[in-house]
Amino acid sequence: MTDETVISAQSLDLTFQTNDGPVHALKDVNLNITKGDFISFIGPSGCGKTTLLRVMADLDQPTDGTITINGVSPKAARESRAYGYVFQSAGLYPWRTIGKNIRLPLEIMGISKSEQKERVEKVLKLVELEDFEKKFPWQLSGGMQQRASIARALAFDADILLMDEPFGALDEIVRDYLNEQLLKLWHSTKKTICFVTHSIPEAVYLSTKIVVMSPRPGRIIDIIESDLPDKRPLEIRDTKEFIDIAQRVREGLRAGHSYE
Amino acid sequence: MNNAFLPVLTISTFIVLIWYSFSIVLNSSWALDKAERNDQKLSFSELVHDTWSQKKPKLPTPHQVGYEMWKTIFDKKVTSKRSLVYHGWITLSATLAGFMLGTLLGILLALAIVHDKATNLSVMPWIITSQTIPILALAPMIIVVLSSIGFTGLLPKAVISMYLSFFPIVVGMVKGLRSPDLLEIDQMKTWSASQFQILIKLRLPKSIPFLFTSLKLGMAASLVGAIVGELPSGAIAGLGARMLSGSYYGQTIQIWSALFTAAILAASLVGLISIIQAFVFKRMMIVR
Repeated sequence: MTDETVISAQSLDLTFQTNDGPVHALKDVNLNITKGDFISFIGPSGCGKTTLLRVMADLDQPTDGTITINGVSPKAARESRAYGYVFQSAGLYPWRTIGKNIRLPLEIMGISKSEQKERVEKVLKLVELEDFEKKFPWQLSGGMQQRASIARALAFDADILLMDEPFGALDEIVRDYLNEQLLKLWHSTKKTICFVTHSIPEAVYLSTKIVVMSPRPGRIIDIIESDLPDKRPLEIRDTKEFIDIAQRVREGLRAGHSYE
Repeated sequence: MNNAFLPVLTISTFIVLIWYSFSIVLNSSWALDKAERNDQKLSFSELVHDTWSQKKPKLPTPHQVGYEMWKTIFDKKVTSKRSLVYHGWITLSATLAGFMLGTLLGILLALAIVHDKATNLSVMPWIITSQTIPILALAPMIIVVLSSIGFTGLLPKAVISMYLSFFPIVVGMVKGLRSPDLLEIDQMKTWSASQFQILIKLRLPKSIPFLFTSLKLGMAASLVGAIVGELPSGAIAGLGARMLSGSYYGQTIQIWSALFTAAILAASLVGLISIIQAFVFKRMMIVR
């Protein structure tokens, strides 16, 4: 694996002007993400983890500091379709079939019909939904809908995948399964994944690097490199190494007064 | 649908009963006067029979209106000046023309309002103001102005129809085009979609349920507009003209027949939109 930097942020600051006065959403955020990393952002609500992801995606703009994606600005990166973004809810259009939903970004990007077909088939296979191309979203369970939404984000083959609590609304059993699937997908596609969550086991299980954040103002408390092996069966969560990392995340959150 | 049958029947029966009673009450004075002049005493059943069969009653009975409608819809040739089909068609054509113009204008205005802040701020208040002016005051002016530049007949009525029908379309479509939530718009942004693509792929499909509600309101308003347009123009054809000439000559049965024809027409047009709506919703997987 190369050590190529994909995302780099220096002294990033973001203050939202609201009716209740300014909200300091991000303060002095410094971060380097290398190609092929699986980075989790963890912290309580209001710690700026989602805001940070939105800044990477050019959905919010920083008030100070610099950030580059693949060496260019987030805006240029967005316009060159450098990332796929998965939101908390699947956001599938009820009037389109699963296949047509996955085609949507491809249609917008002006990709040829024949290639659209090819890509839809490929990503449906990746998320194991081959038999559901012609089904409508309401015919799928919540977990399957979220998989379809991941497939859609993968469809245009961006190198970076930004995921904002994609499994937050799902029950734990489905979540375990999707976590396992996501790791498999990450191994097979070698994408760089930024993953926002507020579940400690989820963050530890998935990540190569865990960014612990704290609110008021939103800032980075700790960046933990995980030494867990690449191949991770679900049982790894009972090993000492896993529990040690989870403990360090917990301490980071406590140091940032995240429990108050 | 089936479990609605009994309540509907009950209410209808109730209305018909009240109607017949009022026919007796309102028409009795004329019957009694007539009897007095002829030195007659009327029994109750004679009184009832008289009030239900006068030629120019204050309130005609349902069966009188029904018989008149039957005569003027089915028995007259459709080209006859006394056929309600003929008059109905005149009004219907103005209604449909006005409805189409109003729908087009409403959608175009909604598109401009949603995409342009300045239009939103400058045009929206005028649209609302336009509906506070009584159409009865405005209609004669529209007709006079248009006839002075050579437009008579269908067009002035269609314009009045349009004036009434574009409003629900604008309001509904603005709401519909704005109905995508922040997440859906953000999602489009992550794909660098253009405003036009967001409109075609997201805003328009999402506005369809709003559009159909607006179309039904707009259709009903169009018919009202077409009838109102026939009143001040001295029109000799159309349901409005039929009502007007009926009131000139005290032909109450004729007024009521035209009124009911207009109501049936409106119900059919709105029903037609409902059928199209059901078809479109089914295809678009919209669950109501």
